[in-house]
Amino acid sequence: MMSPSVLLLLGWMLVPLTMTIYFSFLRYNLLNPGTESFTGWTNYYYFVTDPSFTDALVNTISIFGGVLLITTIGGIAFSLLLDQPMWKSGLIRMLVIAPFFVMPTVSALVWKNMFMNPVNGFFGQIASFLGLQPFDFFGQAPLLSVIWIISWQWLPFATLILLTALQSLDREQLEASEMDGANSFSRFIFIILPHLARPITVAILIQTIFLLSIFAEILVTTNGGPGTATTNLTYLIYVQSLLQFDVGAGSAGGVIAIILANIVAIFLMRMIGKNLE
Amino acid sequence: MGSITLKNVTKSFDDVEVIPQVNIEIRDGEFVVFVGPSGCGKSTLLRIIAGLEDVTSGVVEINNQDATTLPPADRSLAMVFQSYALYPHMSVRKNIAFPLRMAKIDKVEQDKRIETVAKVLNLTDYLERRPAQLSGGQRQRVAIGRAIVREPSAFLFDEPLSNLDAALRVEMRLEISELHKKLRTTMIYVTHDQIEAMTMADKIVVLQAGVIEQVGSPMELYDKPCNKFVAGFIGSPKMNFLEGSEADKYNAHTIGVRPEHISISKTKGQLVGTVGVVEHLGSDTYLHVSCENSNEQMIVRADANNGFKYGDKIHLTLDIKNIHRFNNHGVCIYETP
Amino acid sequence: MRAISNNRKAFNTAIALTLGLFMSFPIIWILILSFKSELDAIGNPLQVLLSSWTLDSFSTVQGRSDYLKHFSNSVIISLGSTFLALLVAIPSAWAMAFVPGKQTKNILMWMLSTKMLPPVGVLIPIYLLFRDYGLLDTRVGLVIILTLINLPIIIWMLYTYFKEIPVDILEAARMDGAGLKQEILYVLTPMAIPGIASTLILNIILAWNEAFWTINLTASNAAPLTAFIASYSSPEGLFYAKLSAASIMAIAPILIMGWFSQKQLVRGLTFGAVK
Repeated sequence: MMSPSVLLLLGWMLVPLTMTIYFSFLRYNLLNPGTESFTGWTNYYYFVTDPSFTDALVNTISIFGGVLLITTIGGIAFSLLLDQPMWKSGLIRMLVIAPFFVMPTVSALVWKNMFMNPVNGFFGQIASFLGLQPFDFFGQAPLLSVIWIISWQWLPFATLILLTALQSLDREQLEASEMDGANSFSRFIFIILPHLARPITVAILIQTIFLLSIFAEILVTTNGGPGTATTNLTYLIYVQSLLQFDVGAGSAGGVIAIILANIVAIFLMRMIGKNLE
Repeated sequence: MGSITLKNVTKSFDDVEVIPQVNIEIRDGEFVVFVGPSGCGKSTLLRIIAGLEDVTSGVVEINNQDATTLPPADRSLAMVFQSYALYPHMSVRKNIAFPLRMAKIDKVEQDKRIETVAKVLNLTDYLERRPAQLSGGQRQRVAIGRAIVREPSAFLFDEPLSNLDAALRVEMRLEISELHKKLRTTMIYVTHDQIEAMTMADKIVVLQAGVIEQVGSPMELYDKPCNKFVAGFIGSPKMNFLEGSEADKYNAHTIGVRPEHISISKTKGQLVGTVGVVEHLGSDTYLHVSCENSNEQMIVRADANNGFKYGDKIHLTLDIKNIHRFNNHGVCIYETP
Repeated sequence: MRAISNNRKAFNTAIALTLGLFMSFPIIWILILSFKSELDAIGNPLQVLLSSWTLDSFSTVQGRSDYLKHFSNSVIISLGSTFLALLVAIPSAWAMAFVPGKQTKNILMWMLSTKMLPPVGVLIPIYLLFRDYGLLDTRVGLVIILTLINLPIIIWMLYTYFKEIPVDILEAARMDGAGLKQEILYVLTPMAIPGIASTLILNIILAWNEAFWTINLTASNAAPLTAFIASYSSPEGLFYAKLSAASIMAIAPILIMGWFSQKQLVRGLTFGAVK
């Protein structure tokens, strides 16, 4: 009964993966078919020593550093707020969560054009109105702009996770601490935050896995530019694979991306495993 | 019709042996209670009879036929689960009808039986409701109704009253006993509550760690417990146990006396002690007494207006006719007449 | 429970509502822009609000015959991959939940780990395989890929829903004389339907919004809305209103589904690491 799915996933894992690894050792460009040759570690060497690799790595780390910072702090704040008694909580929650359901290409283009465009965008218009110089988001701070767009999308995710965790917090624990004389701040630091430690970790790990693969937002806003200012690892590999058709280099990059993702995955799997008991 | 026998049944889960070996005979029409502390194996035995667990070795006979490998559906038994296990997506009527549907009984007959059962259990007004809309007691009755409607050889009850509040428990105890008198079908009832065992059973099987300690009628177990465990388990409040010098006087390692078999006096008696907590139940009072020459607290039953309060000095005398003597293995020693 | 003063509640509501509007503002804004003309759409915010409403942008976008094609592509690949995955996942999850073996937990974890593979790691082989087998720019190809990448989540979610069905209800069915088929048909499935529905909805959302494979493996034929919207990244002339209209139509179905599936989102995407 299990076998069809096991076989499918096994195939999905093994076949493309082995091909990637195999290609990574070849000198192979789709523009020159038929000239493939075995080239050992050359692809890896050139991929890693290429300056755009360092840029891509730095950008990748900046992206998830920046996004995680915003989503974690924002997530804690939002979830605490949404956990309070209020009216119309269902509607309000939906308003907070909505960004996560918007497809990445729409999010990115809407922010870039309707909001961040210095001439016609919302922020630009407000700035001109106030007599200030409009800020050219994508011109002057492309990576930060990308980080903001991604954070906007993922903040609801972190909020939902933390909100769910908050609602599983035993109310009686909080009441006991209140009887013990703890004020709101102490209760937050000593009871709520520790309870949230695990969900925060899970949220961070899962986001990291998905953030490593950010693609569409970069494609439609900056195409990785200017230069390599917004190129992340995924985009770099994409460029080499589907724009430069360098199968060898692209595959080497792919293997590196997989290894990086695996490192994070190991931690995540351990946390999941604990919960499966 | 509803006789059940377990012959040399053992049960292990992986490498853990939960039931070393058990032999039980249940006669048709008996109300048998399996009682014991948590983990003693009583639910496991019930599930073995039901067919929900296999035996590791041994034979299960139902109506003198070997049923050891029969699936539950073919054993003609009905079970009432602790959680009632009602089908949440079906109405009460459909819940009760389900076993009849499985037995392919025709619709007319189904309806007839459902109406009868509903009337017996006072469920007629609730037939179209869903379990989620019923109270605990009502759900309990639906579970019983679903069992009755199959007209099984025997009913199996797995701690059916644990999820009810105290008052409801008393009420349902009576209803189940009444049901037994009316239907005369064999009932096997599992509980950890010795009061339920005492009040409902024809025969009680006391279990501990998978071993049968004693089998007998409620009064047999009460008057003649065969070891310390049964003596301490049956009867509430617990029997008092004394060791050391007091026990030596009666030629035993330990002696046991029930709270109602001790008389009290302000002035003279066998033992001297100080009154601790006094529990007023209304009709009776239970005094907790710390005796001078023992570290145990004794519980003594007294009349409501006995006049003792916390801290008073009290003298106790044990009723010699009702002292149980145990040897150093905890087994009861009876006087040779 | 202590009574929370109405004042307190009002305060909380006000702050939270502000927060919600802040987060959803872009969506609200493009909703407004979609009902404006292109010229009005690039005015300052006040001008935008005061200008006249029109359905022109919607009709322009819908009038493009390829918009409808892209919309239907999205529908087809979302529904197709979800149903295909369910077909394979339901027996799997059933077996894992009710007849677990020694390796079941490990297999489950392994399946989840396949979801953590960065797509870019297999971009080249998949691209080449699709090219060689004529699957590039086909809906069939997309359905296959989407099924594979979402299968772990679907199996996982079904597994957790199946596990929540109380075992003793199934045992009661057995005592009541039900054989395996009847147990599954009359008792298990009706109780599992809410769980299956939730899994379905969540997966349609994930497939609809997928923006890596749907962009890289399609050109013009099978491109769903994700790729179509991406084409607005290098637009000609004024396009705010049209982009808004196209975006609103693209995200509306999912926002509605998202409304109903918030809880499932947490369950599915955290792989149960958060209860």
